[in-house]
Parts: sequence; C-alpha cells; structure tokens
Amino acid sequence: MEKQLLRFYVNDQEYELFINPKTLLVEALRDHLGFAGTKRGCDTASCGVCTVIVNGMAVKGCSVLAVQVNGMNITTVEGLEKEGKLDPVQAAFLDEGAFQCGFCTSGMIMSARAFLNETPAPKDTMEIRRGIEGNLCRCTGYNSIVRAIDAVAKGKYREGA
Amino acid sequence: MTTNKYSVLNTRVHNVDGYAKVTGRATYTFDVKLPGMLYGKILRSPHPHARIISIDPTEALKLPGVRAVVTGKDTLGVKQGIWRRYPELCDEQILTIEKVRYIGEPVAAVAAITEEIAEQALDLIDVQYEVLPFVDDPMEAIKKEAPMIHDGVERNVNVTRHIEWGDVEEAFEEAEYVREDWFKLGGQAHMCMETRATVASYTSDKKLTVYTSTQSPYYHQALLAGVLGMRESDIRVIAHYVGGGFGGKFELDASQFCASVLSMKLSKPVKIVFTREEDFIATKRRTPMYYYVRTGVKKDGTFCAREARVFTNGGAYTGMGATALYLTGFFHSFPYKWKAYRYDGYRVYTNSLPSSSMRGFGAPQAMFCSEQQIDWIAADLGLDIIEIRRKNAHTTGYEVPGQATIGSCGLNQCLDRIEQWIKAKGTLPKNRAIGISAAGFMTGGIFNWFDSPYSFSSAVVTINYDGVVELHVGAQDIGQGSNTTLAMICAEALGVKLENIKVHSGDTDHCPADLGAWGSRQTLMAGNATKMAAEDAKKQLLEFASAKFGYNIIYDLDIKDNWVHNVARPERGMHYVDLVKEALRGKDGQRIIGRGHYTPHRKGMISPAYSYMVQAVEAEIDAETGKLSIINCTTAHDCGQPINTLGLIGQLEGAASMAVGYGCLENMPVEDGKIMNPNLVDYKIIRAPDMPECEIIEIDTYEPEGPYGAKEAGEGLTNPTAAALGNAIFHATGLQMKQAPIMPEMIVNAFKEKKKEGGTP
Repeated sequence: MEKQLLRFYVNDQEYELFINPKTLLVEALRDHLGFAGTKRGCDTASCGVCTVIVNGMAVKGCSVLAVQVNGMNITTVEGLEKEGKLDPVQAAFLDEGAFQCGFCTSGMIMSARAFLNETPAPKDTMEIRRGIEGNLCRCTGYNSIVRAIDAVAKGKYREGA
Repeated sequence: MTTNKYSVLNTRVHNVDGYAKVTGRATYTFDVKLPGMLYGKILRSPHPHARIISIDPTEALKLPGVRAVVTGKDTLGVKQGIWRRYPELCDEQILTIEKVRYIGEPVAAVAAITEEIAEQALDLIDVQYEVLPFVDDPMEAIKKEAPMIHDGVERNVNVTRHIEWGDVEEAFEEAEYVREDWFKLGGQAHMCMETRATVASYTSDKKLTVYTSTQSPYYHQALLAGVLGMRESDIRVIAHYVGGGFGGKFELDASQFCASVLSMKLSKPVKIVFTREEDFIATKRRTPMYYYVRTGVKKDGTFCAREARVFTNGGAYTGMGATALYLTGFFHSFPYKWKAYRYDGYRVYTNSLPSSSMRGFGAPQAMFCSEQQIDWIAADLGLDIIEIRRKNAHTTGYEVPGQATIGSCGLNQCLDRIEQWIKAKGTLPKNRAIGISAAGFMTGGIFNWFDSPYSFSSAVVTINYDGVVELHVGAQDIGQGSNTTLAMICAEALGVKLENIKVHSGDTDHCPADLGAWGSRQTLMAGNATKMAAEDAKKQLLEFASAKFGYNIIYDLDIKDNWVHNVARPERGMHYVDLVKEALRGKDGQRIIGRGHYTPHRKGMISPAYSYMVQAVEAEIDAETGKLSIINCTTAHDCGQPINTLGLIGQLEGAASMAVGYGCLENMPVEDGKIMNPNLVDYKIIRAPDMPECEIIEIDTYEPEGPYGAKEAGEGLTNPTAAALGNAIFHATGLQMKQAPIMPEMIVNAFKEKKKEGGTP
C-alpha cells in the first residue's frame, strides 16, 4: 500500500510521518514516535489501555487509523505533566492508590481526564463509573479509581485548594 | 480507634513505583526495544490431540525478512515442569516433538524483522499431523476406553492427593444429619492486562539476558537454565514492571522459551508478545473441577465428618496444577474444626488448555461447594447461618490434624462484625438477599517441590554515606505493591523515613534469589527477610552509636524517624544521617550492609500463617432474566497487622472484582477442545459500573510468625465471593446453585426446574 503523509500534533508538538495507511494511531504513537506510555492490551478495541485524547475526546488508539487524525491534536499520558507538576488526575491516582500493575493506568488516566473535561461536576459516582466503562482494569476493582476521579471533581486538586 | 504505634507501617503512603506508573514512564517487557531486535511468532496446533508427522519450514524461510524457524528438533527436547523434584511431573516440552495435546500448543517459532512478516511466515510452515481421538472432560478422560494423552499414564490420572484425619466412618455414624452434593466449577483466565511477553538477548559470549513478564525472576532463570542447558548464573532475568500475574506467570511459558531458543540460534535479541487470543488459548487457567461433598453434622450444627472427592480438569500438562490439587483439598476443610475429614483428589489429563494456579489456588472452588452446602444444611436443620459457623470455627492455637497449626485467628470476630452488619441492614426488598461465606488462606507455601537450594526469601540492606538505604530483594512486584510494603518494613525496622529507602527488585543479576510473587508469600517471607536485614544494619549503627555516646551500658539505644537516641532520654541523640557519616569513617569507608533471609521451619505442611475472613454479598436477582446485580460486598478481614494501608484496600477490592467475575461472569466454554470465547468481547470481566461497593472491616490480630504480626491479604479474598453470591441467591429464591460461574441462564433454568417440581419460586 502506498505510504501517506501524516501531519499531526502530539502533546503540543507538531510531527510529520510518512506512513503506511494501515497503521493504527497507537502504532504511530508507540512504534514511530516512541510514546510508549500508551499500551496495547487486546485486538478488539475492548480493553482501553491504548486510550489517548484526540481533539478533546477519549479515543482508543487501536480503533482509528493514524491517517484519520491528520491535523488533529493528540494528548498522551506523557503530555499531562506540565512543568514538573502532575495533572490533578495523576496526583489523585497517586493519593488514592488508584493503580496496581499500572498497565491500564495510562489509558485509564486519559479516559478520566477526558471525562472530567466534559463533565467537571458528575452528579454521582455512577456517572464516573460510566465515564470509564470502556477501560478494563484487572487489579484494582475500579473503586479506588472512582475515588480518585471523584476527588478531582470535588475540587481537591484545584489551585489553592 | 487505637493509635498507630508505628511510624511508617499502617500509614497512607504513595506507592514507591507510583510516579513511574502515573506518568507512563514505567517500562514493561511489552515496551522493551533492543538494538537489532527481531520479532518472533509461534505456530500453534489446530488440533486437540495429534501426532506430528513432519514440519517443513522451507517456504517460510524463503519469505524475505524471515531469519529463522525453530521446531522441537532445534531444542534439547527437555521435558520441564515447575515441580522439579518430581521428574514424572515434568511433562511439558515447549515446542513439542512427537505429539500435540491441546489446541494452541506451540509446534514451531519464527523470527523475522517485523511482527507482520513473522506472522505471514507461520502460514508457510507445512505441518503434517495424524489426528488422534481426543478427550476434553476429566470424567470422560478417566474412563478405561479414553484416549491415552501421555504414554504410560493409565486412565490419564496425572496426580492424586489424599488428606485424612480422624475416623471418618465413625464420625459419620455419630452424625444425625448427612447431606451429599455434586458441584461443577469452571475455569477462569488470569487475563493480565499485559499479555505474556519476553525479549531474549543471547550474545556469543554465551550469556543470555531475558526481559520477561514474570512473577518470579528466579524461577525463570532456573527453568530456562534447565531447558537451554546453561548455568543459571549465565542467565539474567529482568522484570522491572510487570502488567499483572494472578498466578499465571511463574511457570515457563512459550514466549520465554521460544524467544530464548531463537535468540540463541541467531545471536540477536528476539521479542515475542502474545496476542490476547494466544493469552486466552495457550497459557494456563484456573483449574475446572468436579466436586463431590458429603457432610455429616449433629442436629445442633456441630460438624462431625466430611468427605470430598474431586476430579480436576488438568488439561494437557501438570505445571502448578499439582499444588492446586492439594490446596483445594486442604482449604475445603477451612475454616472449620472437623472431627474427621477425608479428601481424595484426582488430577486428570485432558486435551485442553493446561490448568494451574490462579489467585486463590484451588480455594475459591472449594469454598463455593463447602460454604453453600453449610447454608443448605443450616436451612434443613433450622439453624442460624452465623451460629453454625461460629460453633465450628477455627480459633488461635487450633491444630488441623497432621497439617497445620493456626498461630492467629480472628474468625470469630469476623463473624461477630458481619452479623452486626447484616442486622443493621434490616429488611431487604423482595428478590434481594445477603449471602455470607467464611474463608481462610495461607501466607506463603512451605513446600519446596521446586527444589530451591536458596532461602525462600532473602534481602540485602546497604546504607550509603548520605543515609539513603538500598534495599535489594528478589521478591517481585507485579502490581500487588510488594516494593512499597517491603520499603515500609525496611524503614520501620531501621527507624528511618520511607523516602530514605530505594527498592531494587526484578533483576536476578543484582537481587538475591527469592521464590517470587505467588501463594501470598511476599509480605511474610520477603517481609521477614527485609526486617532481618534492616535490623542487622541497624545493629551495626547502634554499636557505633553506643561507643560514641558512651552511656552506661544498661541503656537501650534506638533509631526512630531518623533520630538515633537513648530510649530512656529520647531527646538525647543525633540525626541518623550524621551517625551514618561517622560510622562509615569508622568502617574504613565501607558501606553498612545488613543481610536477612527467611525459610520456614516446623510450621506444618502448608503455610506458616493463615488469614481469615467472612464476606457478606448483597445481591438482587431478576427472576425473569436471571440477571444478578451485586449491591454490596462487605468483608470482615483478619490479615494480622496491616502494613501498607492503601495497598491493602486496593488488593481487597481487586480480589473482590476478580471473585465476582468468577462467581457470575467469567465463563470459559470449551467445545471439542476449543475455548469458544478467546477475546475480550466475548469473555467478560467486571467493568467499572458493575463493581459493587466493598466495605472492609479490619479485625485486629497479631501473627507471631509474620513481620510485625502481618499475614496474607489480597489473594485469600478471592475465595469467599462466589460462595457468598450463591448463598444470596439461595436466601432470595431458595435455588441451590451447584455450578460456577452462575450464569443468568442457569438461574432461569433453575427457576423452571423448580416450578416443574411444584415448588414456589
């Protein structure tokens, strides 16, 4: 298959790739650009460990082709920490122990970040649970993750809080 | 609320690997890339049972980009197994030469410059099979006329286990009520988020470095040495971060073996990562079982006798299945005092995926049968479900005849607290009920079938000039948080702050041997080794402090929160770092080094210590659809002294999620030897909205054998949930569920059956 030019932004940096159009977004990020914080866990878009944020929305990186995100803004887990300061979601995951093996954590944090951007004040914890429904975690049983997202939503990590 | 007498233990701290994990910087085997690395793929058997006539790789080798194809004939052909002391149980030749025994068994492996080319090459390998009759159910495989899976193994009986105490016949005579039931228990996939993965790198100076997703680097170092004909110490196993294990990652797997064989052939690094489908069909699984249980009791609920006969679906090979066969029989007696008990277990080879250890290690199956039958007996005799358990419960100091001595047991307190919790709930809506289950679990195994010449756990503590402590352990952090737990024990024992501790694990070149992360052994065994090493280092510091301070020798010196002081006059002392600096000078510049180890002695047959728990599951049953909703999952839990507060909660919640899955969701149907749902669309695990609230009530006990009184937490809680769920269904509907996982159609069918019999649902 003829290669195509892909120009997109990852964590606010512009990248150009000359790439096989069959390449998945997660492959472009991991294998071509080295953003290996994003993982892969299934072949069926079922587990969510490859979740990244595309133009503000949580997207499973194995469910879209890289060429489909031409011109778009991608945020990966590597792009969350700004100037040595963890994103509130990352800080809350640390405080609540909301990870164990850590393999789902990058994708889970990206889903949580996108969920909170869309829903800064979830009406109950079930809304949070639905927000991360697409992300599997085999270790934690999710409750610590829900507590972490809830703490961020309740403003615990707001500047000056 | 009692105040915490410890500075570090039982406080909320960040996981020591936390920053790496939340920033995406933790590097798993899946992420490892080495210069010149090739990619491997494995050709797998499409037949459950077949003789290999020939394997022809000619066409595959012609494909541009393919570097090598290996088959069993390129290997030493060693039949290996983790029960190394018993050659007859070492029955698995990865890359089999003569026969395949399950669908998915590896027959050849390819290395190529890309994963895609390696995959294409698989289709070009020509394998000729002579298809043989197969059998995939243990009750069929044990029959005389069944096909023989391993030469010379009559009736396919792989391992048998017998446990007995007391006079069983006499105790049944004494019983005033006897009940017998048959149960069927399913398998379960470990379903680690990181599939099996290995990068093997052999260099022509005859050294092999293996990055792999493992629960026990030492086991894999030793097992690889055995199959590759190398010295253990010429193999370095590295596993800095591991994406889950749950009992599935400490036997030798095909990613480790095939990547190593290919790398040795080519002197290039070779990476093999299993697809999710391979992880489902060709690794290991929780052992499926048929359970026959006969129980005799007095009318007042006193337990007299129990006998159990168990037939397990062993699959094609032994692995850790031999241990699961023993442990299911032992924990089936738990946590009660039986006057007489008899267990006969038969592990039967079948032409299916090998069965092995998985979190709970045979105990969840045992509890599903035992704890439900106890509720049915209580109902028949009109007894209270808490009272019947209390009457027969283990207590501290109890001796399980010939098997174990219980050093600490909070079971009665667990029962009290759960009874209060249920009472506080009051009346529940229709079709909703609470079911309970008690359970206990081991804190590490005593057995040494691996034939390890090393201590079960070892630790080395090194103190640098600036007071920073390097803790080297062979214990493996697979997400359960052992690095954090051991750092906390080290800090507490040494009297320093947690931020002074750096943990080094997951590298056989730099860490002492340790049996690894399985059987809930690390907090107690690696914890004791760590505590001993830290105390050794502390003693050396205090010898120096004593000489320096010059106090009357009757005074005790100690270190706490980085302050070295006279215990009688705590204000008199000096900062720990200042002391270290001076002490190093006094040792001619040597760093302070403390050593510790632990191997259990005189602790019975099974384990040095046992955790206890009682769980209450509140569930709602939709009689129309059979759908189960789990509202709440509350546990009273005795793990001795809690060490890592946050880690403990996470482990218990995680265990509950896996156990709810085993109870009602994670079905693994097998047809003609084939697993029918090897993907995450069809194999369901709990997702966030399905997960119940999990309240934990900690019961305060002290385990004499554990570091600071600690024992198992996190594996044992996989044991009670399926049983408690079954009991909730029984109390809501009167249905007796004898098969796990309890799927909605089973509930619907049970309702229909009951209606036919004329009962009111």
